[in-house]
Amino acid sequence: MPLEVSTLSRRLEESPAAQPVAEDYLWTLNFGPQHPATHTTLRLVLKLEGERVVDAIPDIGYLHSGFEKLGEHLDFNQYVTVTDRMNYISPMANNVAWHCAVEKLLGLELTPRCQYLRVIIAELARISDHLLCNGAVGLDVGAFTFFLYAFNQREKLYDIFEVLCGARFTNSYTRVGGALHDATPLFVEKVRAFLKSFPKTLDDMERLLNRNRIFVDRTKGVGVLSRDQATNLSCTGPIARASGVTRDLRKDEPYLAYADFDFNVCCATAGDCFARYLVRMAEMRESLKIVAQAIENLPAGPVNVGIDQRTALPNKKQVYSTIEGLISHFELVMSNRGFEVPAEEVYSAIESPNGELGFYIVGDGSDRAYRARCRPPSYIHFAVFPGLIRGHTLSDIVAVLGSLNIIAAELDR
Amino acid sequence: MIQPETITCLQTAIAGVTTSEFRGQTRAVVPAAQLADAFRLLRHERGFDLLVDITCVDYLGYRGAADRFGLVYLLANTSTNERLTLRVYLNEPDLTVPSAYPFWNGADWLEREVYDMFGILFAGHPDLRRILLPEEFTAFPLRKDYPLQGRGERHNFPVLTRDRS
Repeated sequence: MPLEVSTLSRRLEESPAAQPVAEDYLWTLNFGPQHPATHTTLRLVLKLEGERVVDAIPDIGYLHSGFEKLGEHLDFNQYVTVTDRMNYISPMANNVAWHCAVEKLLGLELTPRCQYLRVIIAELARISDHLLCNGAVGLDVGAFTFFLYAFNQREKLYDIFEVLCGARFTNSYTRVGGALHDATPLFVEKVRAFLKSFPKTLDDMERLLNRNRIFVDRTKGVGVLSRDQATNLSCTGPIARASGVTRDLRKDEPYLAYADFDFNVCCATAGDCFARYLVRMAEMRESLKIVAQAIENLPAGPVNVGIDQRTALPNKKQVYSTIEGLISHFELVMSNRGFEVPAEEVYSAIESPNGELGFYIVGDGSDRAYRARCRPPSYIHFAVFPGLIRGHTLSDIVAVLGSLNIIAAELDR
Repeated sequence: MIQPETITCLQTAIAGVTTSEFRGQTRAVVPAAQLADAFRLLRHERGFDLLVDITCVDYLGYRGAADRFGLVYLLANTSTNERLTLRVYLNEPDLTVPSAYPFWNGADWLEREVYDMFGILFAGHPDLRRILLPEEFTAFPLRKDYPLQGRGERHNFPVLTRDRS
């Protein structure tokens, strides 16, 4: 049962941030949970003085669907479908994060081809996330054309993912020790075509907004997060980097094959909405660089780990013509078999488009996680929101909300 | 990944710390009474300025587990790239630990979620109430004795008809 506005506003008065002065002028506004500018289901109770926000209390949980509880009942390969639905604008990155964590628990070493493929899809997911996030910021502050430019390119990314795994939106592409399918020549061709066409659109997008008077006025100096605050409040990813934090897990703790590639970490120092927009735009160019290097140097060989590891399904030729393949297939598909997992705990994180996306997995010997905790960047970033919006106007809310890239499905899980 | 000085510093300053390592990750188990001291040491002397995550594991029925709950603090040092997993074991009925909020403000919502899902109390937290679940909820659903399926809280909510609303 949802909270009543009255109980929340009483709590507002009790909270130390509420100012006792001019109490009569303050009015309460309920923002969401259904509002076009929240994009998904999240709710804010705002205390306003005229148009100025005195305080904002986020009330979340409308989309809570017990993903972490489900993680204790689905096996490691089944749960990947749930991770799709966490941050559904970059599901590939979630798939990669989940299976990187599982493979760390199992101690599996991926094949070079699989590592490169995962890098490619994670970076394409980053581009698709940043396109939607920046596009939505533009849309919310009035730049509709910009949003259409961005979304048109997202369609091309969906096409690429469709060629790769058959699904456009909820990909569920990775598997323990490998991937669902190998990359086809058509996939490589499509990625190459995208690499060629996308910079042109990116230039157009930058020309549309970077010096656009309305956009700059509405985002510059709004929602400023300082560098110390960003680290103190556990911010990561583009939000922290826009405040001057240089941390990027791709450089600092190179996972998969990121150590092989030449790319820059994009940072800004202003820490406002405009800086976050700029960092995301710059990151897309860096992602393109990584994808270009990875697709041209894509190693040959198998995409899944070998039969000996007993984690990835062997191909049909192996199943029908070798005894090891047959046994391995049998072990994996029988519900009372599965693979062996140490009774240990492990945390593994990747630099997802939105920040550090990590999974804390507890294994108990079975092929299901005993505990599957997700470190959700949206959840951590939304906690910062009240501090960013205080003192700004009501119309700035959509700019700040958009620049934080809050995905309610990941927020509530 | 972790500097040996951090471990020796932790072990000399705080009695009863045990450390282990798995897949390159260092875990330190701290007695609940010394948790605040461990926070202070790591935050101010060892420069662990990023609280990555706080979570909890319910070990009810876990093979070989002696304690019911295990709190997990994932800490990172952004200048040296160290990572440390701090663990505390708790047993009913005393499920109170000091809040990490004075050291890392990012602990605010993370601790609220652990309270919401496991019922662990954080002493000194500025606003400890449920965050994802409604206020009226009485159970802690990520505990292992809470079922995945079945007739639960949802059935206890009063049904509002159009006439009575």
